[in-house]
Amino acid sequence: MTIAEIQEEIIDEFSMFDDWEERYQYMIDLGKSLPLIDEQYKTEDHIIKGCQSKVWVHAEMDNDKVEFTADSDAIITKGIIAILIRVFSNQRPKDIIKSNTDFIDQIGLKEHLSPTRANGLVSMIKQIKMYAIAYQTQLN
Amino acid sequence: MKNTGDHTTFNVDSIRKDFPILNREVNGKPLIYFDNAATSQTPQQVIDVIVDYYSNYNANIHRGVHTLSQEATDLYEDARLKIQRHINAKHSYETILTSGTTHGINLVANGFTTLLKKGDEVIVSALEHHSNIVPWQMLCERTGATLKVIPMNAKGELILNDYDALLSENTKLVFVNHISNALGTINPIAQMIEKAHQVGAAVLIDGAQSCPHIKPDVQALDVDFYVASAHKMCGPTGVGLLYGKEAWLEKLPPYQGGGEMIDQVTFEETTYAGLPHKFEAGTPNICGGIAFGAAVDYMNAIGFDAISAYEHELLDYATEQLTHIEGLKIYGTAEEKTSVISFNIDGIHPYDIGTILDKLGIAVRTGHHCAQPIMDFFKIPGTVRASFAFYNTKAEIDTLVEGVKKAKMMLS
Repeated sequence: MTIAEIQEEIIDEFSMFDDWEERYQYMIDLGKSLPLIDEQYKTEDHIIKGCQSKVWVHAEMDNDKVEFTADSDAIITKGIIAILIRVFSNQRPKDIIKSNTDFIDQIGLKEHLSPTRANGLVSMIKQIKMYAIAYQTQLN
Repeated sequence: MKNTGDHTTFNVDSIRKDFPILNREVNGKPLIYFDNAATSQTPQQVIDVIVDYYSNYNANIHRGVHTLSQEATDLYEDARLKIQRHINAKHSYETILTSGTTHGINLVANGFTTLLKKGDEVIVSALEHHSNIVPWQMLCERTGATLKVIPMNAKGELILNDYDALLSENTKLVFVNHISNALGTINPIAQMIEKAHQVGAAVLIDGAQSCPHIKPDVQALDVDFYVASAHKMCGPTGVGLLYGKEAWLEKLPPYQGGGEMIDQVTFEETTYAGLPHKFEAGTPNICGGIAFGAAVDYMNAIGFDAISAYEHELLDYATEQLTHIEGLKIYGTAEEKTSVISFNIDGIHPYDIGTILDKLGIAVRTGHHCAQPIMDFFKIPGTVRASFAFYNTKAEIDTLVEGVKKAKMMLS
């Protein structure tokens, strides 16, 4: 599936929830259920420091696609990471570079991607794009 | 300018009517504001003074011959007198209006650059906020002086025996907050000032967290410097006070150069203005200063004894209610503490709890509260901090407790 198709699918899933509680419970469950990152990558070099919660990101190139793994010490942050990984992992670098994260607004989680939120997510997306740019440069 | 804060008997329902923001909703729920230690809300009486200033008096002060300038100057200087009386300073010129606590601290730290040398020591406490650590580290870097830290115990109280041991003839300055922002501990400043004076050291007290709860008496405390911020005590942001004993303020060099702080200027030499203008370079936050005076009036009309007694009641009630939640741990259990509760729930990140509480319309602070050394001491990434003011209620605390239970259920 393309990034846009996955985003549409996520918007559909979230549209079934009636209120914030169901949305958040779903995210919390996503956060809990996903084995997100290999422990060996939970190091200082992979850490993105938000003031409030920490995020670790690791990327690998598999054929022509980038695979991301990530983790956080806060569970709601981890839930959003799970969604972002679903969108961006296993995609070609050039598709990641041109994609956006507007769907987060449509599923009612916009506030978590605010630059002032200090939860590491904004930096995480920046990092995902940086990895994609780096891999794209290698491919060129 | 009108300023009526008439609350002869403490009645929280009537006090709440003074705060328009308490009527708003957040995420579809009535706002419950428990982030008072970060900034307090503003009563209508202070808002009116701000509107009145810009509607009727706005002008630059201290130099205009015209009526508006004169009136604005009178209002500004009248605010200084209100603040002077509030802290019981001996002279009005010992009250410097600053942009806030951090400004006051930096002004003193900068001034001590000329007074310290290698081998001198500056003492701070383990309970400090980052803005209370960094200026002293910078001062020590500039002068070669050494920074010493008074440790704390597991309850979040300073260990006074260790403080005694740190004090020596090398100690030139002691800096401690009256109340810790992260834990709410009230430090025994009177005793600490006396001991510092016995070795000839000066003392700067950070009153940012205590000014909304305790009326300071700088003469009775015999403190050398005292700083606080208006926005913690119902005033606007961007204005604060620095009190200094006249002799000390005379000894410190000016912090910033500019208009207002000068006496005579030629390209060869400048002579500085006298106190307090020596430390008030440039056009000040005129409206902020006037509104600060109104905030002081407002709080004094309610009365600090009544405020502090009521807040203590809220603290005891919240502590008891929150303690019933299984897995909840309170950090900072000092014998003497103010209406701040820092807590965590086993296995749950404070950020997650804060996020759920926000969805319920409850504003708390989460994180390390700009006091990383305190979090390191407890080996935690941060806490959830609920801080109460005199306009909060027990019913709001009940909602908080229900909210925390709900967050725990969702997140466990």
